[in-house]
Amino acid sequence: MEGRLRILLLSALCMPCLWSATALAAEGGTDQAAAQQVIQPQIDRREVSIDEIDSEDFEISVFGGLLSTEDFGANAVIGARLAYHISEGVFFEATYGRSTTTESSVERVYGGLPALTDSGRILSYYNVSLGYNLLPGEAFVTRNWAFRTALYVIAGAGSTTFAGDDRFTINFGAGYRFLATDWLGLHIDVRDHVFDIDVLGYSKTLHNLETTAGLSIFF
Amino acid sequence: MLLAAIPAQAAEEYALLQVADPFIELHTGPGVGYPVFHVVDRDDFIEVLKRKTDWFKVRTADGKRGWVARAQLEKTLTASGENTHLQEPALGDFSQRRWEFGLLGGVFNNAAEISLYGGYAFTANLSAELSGAQVLGDYSSSYLLNVNLLSQPFPRWRVSPFFSLGGGYLSTRPRTTLVPPKDSNDFTAHVGLGLRTWLSRRFILRAEFNRYITFSSDDNNEEFKEWKAGFAFFF
Repeated sequence: MEGRLRILLLSALCMPCLWSATALAAEGGTDQAAAQQVIQPQIDRREVSIDEIDSEDFEISVFGGLLSTEDFGANAVIGARLAYHISEGVFFEATYGRSTTTESSVERVYGGLPALTDSGRILSYYNVSLGYNLLPGEAFVTRNWAFRTALYVIAGAGSTTFAGDDRFTINFGAGYRFLATDWLGLHIDVRDHVFDIDVLGYSKTLHNLETTAGLSIFF
Repeated sequence: MLLAAIPAQAAEEYALLQVADPFIELHTGPGVGYPVFHVVDRDDFIEVLKRKTDWFKVRTADGKRGWVARAQLEKTLTASGENTHLQEPALGDFSQRRWEFGLLGGVFNNAAEISLYGGYAFTANLSAELSGAQVLGDYSSSYLLNVNLLSQPFPRWRVSPFFSLGGGYLSTRPRTTLVPPKDSNDFTAHVGLGLRTWLSRRFILRAEFNRYITFSSDDNNEEFKEWKAGFAFFF
């Protein structure tokens, strides 16, 4: 049905071209009247400009997984991301994530006063990163069924709020994007969040590894 | 499957183009690496369904769907027989931009800074901006809110310098591990200069230097230097 309609549409559009060609060939000949009878465009086609085409360069996603906070356990993390794809290779991404950490070994073994208040135990972070689709490709499920995928690398900077303070944080990692359709993606991400902390009485650099899975929508 | 469900009226809304080159190539995905699985010959029609970055998903008359690079799509004719032309932002649009939004990273008084801003251009030479920044130091973290007035003497240059003048509010909170932690909230004023460069399409590269003075409540004014650079987009 759809095919027939398209043929009809295409013929309606082709006819003026054909007609002008015929008219030229005939050079004022007698075919014009006959041609005019054939051309009866039935459909008023609105011409759609190529600049009005729907573009899908933004990607919004939610994710969940595990964030290992050095000294404070590996805990559930949830968050959201917004990405903008500049080209087929490069994209920007802004991320917000949140996790509730648990007691450190020091607090458990030696007892006494807790090192952090309840609100101080909540770790939240935001960052802005630049990503690159290092290995774009396709995953072949069956002979005629393939999905687009990409292995990407990503790095950026941001802030982590933990133990009552905001800390400058570098993040880097890699991820795998599996596109179920043009607009729906599945992500698996591994990131390292690096920042300095002095909450246990001395300053040290933490490497907090995060593994997440997410779902994204392109729009 | 989804497309089949779309009623016929909706299908008519896609742009219809006629191939003018000997052929154009259909890739399986929106990228140069995805294999070419089909070619559409000259004079055949294609419908343009959607776009991802510089790639266009098209449908041929016999229902094949694939991705065409922008450069090839421009080698087609529109339904009215004109050359297909994509209105992409160019240097001229950069000179006449109205809105600008960006993200800058840098150093404020030897501490890392992340800053977000939005601006509106009243004329080609004069614009106003609002920016928010977080400064993350070893001993404190601050939020900085600024209002800027920017003067751009050479708006038509691809690399265009600007001067800025403004005021703001700096809220600093020392680390909780420091004794005694005492917050400070001060008004600030700043002057600065910087450069904007048009990259491509809607993207700008921007770098700037500002000098701040804070009006402390204890009459002990301080001066800070700020360097920052980053990306912005305009429309």
